[in-house]
Amino acid sequence: MRAVLCLVMSFFAASGLWFLLNAEFLAVTLVLVYVGAVMVLFLFVVMMLDVELAAIREGFAKHLLLGLVVSVLVIASLVYAVGTKSFGLEASIPTLQSVNTNNAKILGEVLYTNFLYPFELAGVLLLVAIVAAISLTFRRRRESIATEPSKQVQVRKSDRVRLVIKMDKEGLPTPKGEI
Amino acid sequence: MIALFDYLVVSAILFGLGVAGIFINRKNVIILLMCVELILLAVSTNFIAFSHYLQDISGQVFVFFILTVAAAEAAIGLAILVVMFRKKKTIDVEELDTLKG
Repeated sequence: MRAVLCLVMSFFAASGLWFLLNAEFLAVTLVLVYVGAVMVLFLFVVMMLDVELAAIREGFAKHLLLGLVVSVLVIASLVYAVGTKSFGLEASIPTLQSVNTNNAKILGEVLYTNFLYPFELAGVLLLVAIVAAISLTFRRRRESIATEPSKQVQVRKSDRVRLVIKMDKEGLPTPKGEI
Repeated sequence: MIALFDYLVVSAILFGLGVAGIFINRKNVIILLMCVELILLAVSTNFIAFSHYLQDISGQVFVFFILTVAAAEAAIGLAILVVMFRKKKTIDVEELDTLKG
């Protein structure tokens, strides 16, 4: 539970970093969409599933060392790869942009012209995600007595009526039994 | 002035933390999904830093799509988690071994 809230805080911090990098539209999108929807979804799931916490703590120490070693290796190799002279980071000078640049407008201009096809594909991907999530978790209520009109119309007489006793001409039942 | 190198270091540290989280966590599928989100956040920060310093908008466009895909993947991952919890009543990572040979 606390872990989810800490992750929410790191997302806010990263959003602040993106504001500094002059990406205002994406920073706001991060807070609105990512934190506001995805993290809230995480919170819902965490609060919905009551998990016994005692079993979770064990096994932490023996994997901690390997995890730390691997992560330190990854970080060190990334920082080393970026910090060498041949990467050319000194060549990119941080430019100051004027205050009037509209990040949303620039993004929109690019998204709807050059990147239109991936944009539409992203929409289709979201649709597929919706369909998948609903079809995975949808449970029909067992006691629901909703009517199905298509089945109502397809009913035949033999489904509903059964002649049990056959009458002869005087109106007395024959000892025939069922038809 | 914040140099590009500093942003890349921050992004690398976030990435390393996410990877460490995936390694260390053996008991909780939710933590696994959250570490994947951390890794995606680190990569997005990296993209936006480069986009700012190389004055190219393509980095931000790609982050736009990363956000979309990450949201979809988180939703479906949580749906799978919920269904698994309904069946097994536990969210242990090591219970997910039905495909094991």
